[in-house]
Parts: sequence; C-alpha cells; structure tokens
Amino acid sequence: MSAAVPMVSAEGVHKRFGRNEVLKGITLTVARGEVMCLLGPSGSGKSTFLRCINHLEKINAGRLSVDGELVGYREQNGVLHEMRERDVARKRAEIGMVFQHFNLFPHMTALGNVTCAPMLVQGLSAEVARERGRVLLDEVGLSDKCDAYPVSLSGGQQQRVAIARALAMKPKLMLFDEPTSALDPELVGDVLAVMRDLARGGMTMIVVTHEIGFAREVADQVVFMDDGVVVEAGAPHDVLLNPRHERTRSFLSKVL
Amino acid sequence: MASNPEATAAPGRPDEIRAVPVRHPGRWIAAAIIILVAASVIHALIINPNAHWYVVGEYMFNSEILAGVVLTVELTIASMAVGIALGVVLAVMRSSANPVLASTSWIYVWLFRGLPVLVQILFWYFIADFFSKRVGIGVPFGPALFHVEVNRAVTPITAAILGLGLNEAAYMAEIVRAGLISVDEGQTMAAQSLGMTRGQTLRKITLPQAMRVIIPPTGNETIGMLKYTSLASVIAVRELLHTAENFYSKNFETIQLLIVASLWYLILTSILYVGQYFLERRFGRGTTRVNLGQKPGQTPAVAAA
Repeated sequence: MSAAVPMVSAEGVHKRFGRNEVLKGITLTVARGEVMCLLGPSGSGKSTFLRCINHLEKINAGRLSVDGELVGYREQNGVLHEMRERDVARKRAEIGMVFQHFNLFPHMTALGNVTCAPMLVQGLSAEVARERGRVLLDEVGLSDKCDAYPVSLSGGQQQRVAIARALAMKPKLMLFDEPTSALDPELVGDVLAVMRDLARGGMTMIVVTHEIGFAREVADQVVFMDDGVVVEAGAPHDVLLNPRHERTRSFLSKVL
Repeated sequence: MASNPEATAAPGRPDEIRAVPVRHPGRWIAAAIIILVAASVIHALIINPNAHWYVVGEYMFNSEILAGVVLTVELTIASMAVGIALGVVLAVMRSSANPVLASTSWIYVWLFRGLPVLVQILFWYFIADFFSKRVGIGVPFGPALFHVEVNRAVTPITAAILGLGLNEAAYMAEIVRAGLISVDEGQTMAAQSLGMTRGQTLRKITLPQAMRVIIPPTGNETIGMLKYTSLASVIAVRELLHTAENFYSKNFETIQLLIVASLWYLILTSILYVGQYFLERRFGRGTTRVNLGQKPGQTPAVAAA
C-alpha cells in the first residue's frame, strides 16, 4: 500500500439499530501514523463508529475502508459481496481494540491473555508468543504481573494488560473505546502514558475519550461528534480552543 | 490471611467482653423431640423379629451385588458422556446463526424433555423387535451405505444408555446454553477483535468461562443419573437394583436387600460430591476474588454516571 492511502476512510457511513439511526453519515479520514481523538456526548455514536471499523457492527450505508480495503465486503465488478467469517476475522486481527471495561479473559493470567490470540490466530509457538508477551508487558510496566489473574490487578493494570494484548497481534491500527472512563482518577495517568508512548512510536490510533488534555497534547486530529454526525473536525488547537460551532463550545465548557 | 501485627502485639489491648449468652431453649426442645423419634424408629427396626440384619452384611459385598455396582457406575458414566457431548452440540446449535441447526436443536429438546425417561428406555429396548431386521443409513428408498442388525446392536445395556443419555442431552443442552449466556458479551467482542473465529472464541474463551456455571448443575445431573440408572432394571439390565431384586425375589429379604442397594447408592453419590468439589475449584480459577478485586470506581454503574 502506498503512503497516500489513508489508514481509515469513511464516506457517508450510516448505522441503524432497528429504527434507531445511530450514525447519520459519517465522513472522515485518518492518515497513516495519525492519532485521532473522537469527542462527543454519550449516545453520539462514537463507540458504534469505532466498532464499525473492525466490523463488530455492520454498516447500513456508505463506504468504510481500512488500509484501502473495504471493511466486511469484497467488491467485484462493482458488486459488493459479504466476506466470509474467516476472512473478516483475519482483517480484525490487524486492528487492535481496547475497551472501556478492559474485557480481559478472567480465566487466563496476564501473560495468558497476551499470548492467547497470537498462538491461536497467528499460529505462533508458545515460546515465541511468551517471549513477545513478556516484552509487551514490560513495555506497559507490568513485567512483574505476568502470572497474575485479572481479578488481582487494579483497573489501570488491567487496562494496560488489555493494551499489551491488542499490541501482541502487531496491529496496524489501534482503536480505543473510552479506555480511561472506568478507571479511578489516580490510575488514569499510567494508561494515558502508555498510549502517549504508543502514539510517539508512530501507531495509527483512533481514541474515543473524554480526556481533553490528552487530546490536546497527543492528537493530530480532533473530531467532535453529536447525534450521529461529525459536527466539527480539525487540529486540536482549532477544535478545542476555538470551536466554530455552538454545540462544540457548550460540550467543551461542560467537560473542561 | 496475614493478621494485622499491630493489633495482636499491642500491649494495651482492651479486655474482652464476658457477658451471659442468650439461652436457646428451643434448640434443646427440638433436639429432645428428634432424638426421641429417631430412637423409637431404630428400636422398632431392631426388635422386629423379621429383621435379619445379618443379611445386609452378607449381601453388601456379594460378588453379584458388586458387579451390579460396577454396571451402575458404567451406565452412569456412559449415559452422562452421551448426554454431555450431545448437550454441548445441541447448545452450540441452538445459538448458531444457522436457522436449520437452531430449530433442530429446539425440537430435539422439546421432544426428549417432553417424554418420561422410562418411556424412552422402553422405546429403545423394544425398537429392536419393531424393526426386527437391519436398519441402515443411506439414500432414502435407495441403496444403504451402512446398516446394522438392530437386534444385535440394541442390547438391554445399549437401550438403557440410549434412553438415559439422549434424555440427558436435552437437559444438558439447556444447562450449557445457560452457561454460555452467562458469559459477558464483552468477552466475545474482545476475542473477535483479536481475530478469533466463532469456533475459536467458543472453545478458548466462552466455554471455559461457562464451565463455572455449567459444573454445579452437571454434578447435580450426574447424581440424578446415578439414581435413574435403576430404571434400567425394568428391561432386565443387571445393574445394582436389578441384582438386589433378583436376590429378594428368591429369599424374600426385601427390605434388607433394598438397604444394601441404598447403602451403595449413598456411597456412590458421596464420592460424586467430592469429585464435584474439586472440579468446581479447578474451573473457579480467576474468579475467586471477584468481589474483593472490584473497586467501586471500576463498576460500570459508577463509570457511566
């Protein structure tokens, strides 16, 4: 893929749950190596959009592609074909996702969580996967917690394991769905520090967050969503400090 | 648990309260009544001139009774194996995206849960006579690909295993399904986001976590199955009860032989209790500190507020 192809490209993406239209035509682009922060009130469709990107949700209209390839569909002679489950899974493996409630596998140790998918999906040997897993847990500052089960870890530690688990698949894109919203305030910093390092390392990231400070410091692009549409998008300096829309202004005044 | 060293080592420890405890006359009265009733029942049993209690001792370790015990255990294991294996398949079929598989599973559970086990056992036993020839699998009205002599294939023991096992599968399907539903949806989402297929997610993520919910009722089912194997006595399977019946039909020591059988059933169910304890401990990994480990700030309700 050439560098000119954006990592994520959405054109008029719509998503309905029954009659409830959650996304009403989202158009945006995320370039390779870019960090995009998605802001907006709850219910504005940020998380749904994130889940559409790795096809955990099927979009109803529009086009959504990752690294130049359509998500969940194959285009042949202008006709869309649904992808088979196995092919969808292979695409998902290239996209890491971090959840608000961590969703670690409780029956596996921290290292087990990190090595499970590389062994199962990528077919790595246990030895190689463990080596990779230890390095990653060390990078997120948890080298001493390899054998700990998730229940015995704090929320911040669990979230860092979850980030290591996603990184173990060597993804080309990382999606963060409110990664610090479920954490005690004092634990937020550790998780944001890991994400900051990741951004500096050149990872393409889409972060749904309420951490305005993080967005201002790390994001290349800030998108403000409300009621299923993009209200405003641009450089953090513009959107966060000089918002053009009244809706953005009132949201920011409540969050800051 | 490490005790707080300061609390135990503190020199100025306050005196413990020594108060007169509340009296519980109700407990003493209840105990007296129950002992009285139990004593009179035991007394009546002992002084009964028909009670040849030595018969219980004589038959307890009789070789045929022991063979019956072994067959009862074998029937339980075989029927539960059929029940669990088919139950898991049915539960997975039920939650499948394929509508044909899902409705087939529903119909199976409806049918087998709707018929008494005894009727099912009799069905499998007499179905041999009904067909009386060979039955095969093949193209309908066409050539058979595979066939068996029904009379030879369906012995009383296989009829019992089929009857008990296929009935059990219907119940196990519901138990496994309940277990699968109990696993948080976020687990499936996390597994899928890592590129696992539905099958991989089921085997490595959902089913292992569902085990914690599945095992207690399955232990219950196994204990139930151990007792239901006695139904096989009606089709002359020489399990524990049938062996006891054979003896008392000749020597008329009915109660004594039923007590022999009962003692064996109690011994076997007690062993199953122990097995269940260890299984639950094995699959409870990673959940033992759920309540202690969750801080208020981590609960979804607080996070959403």
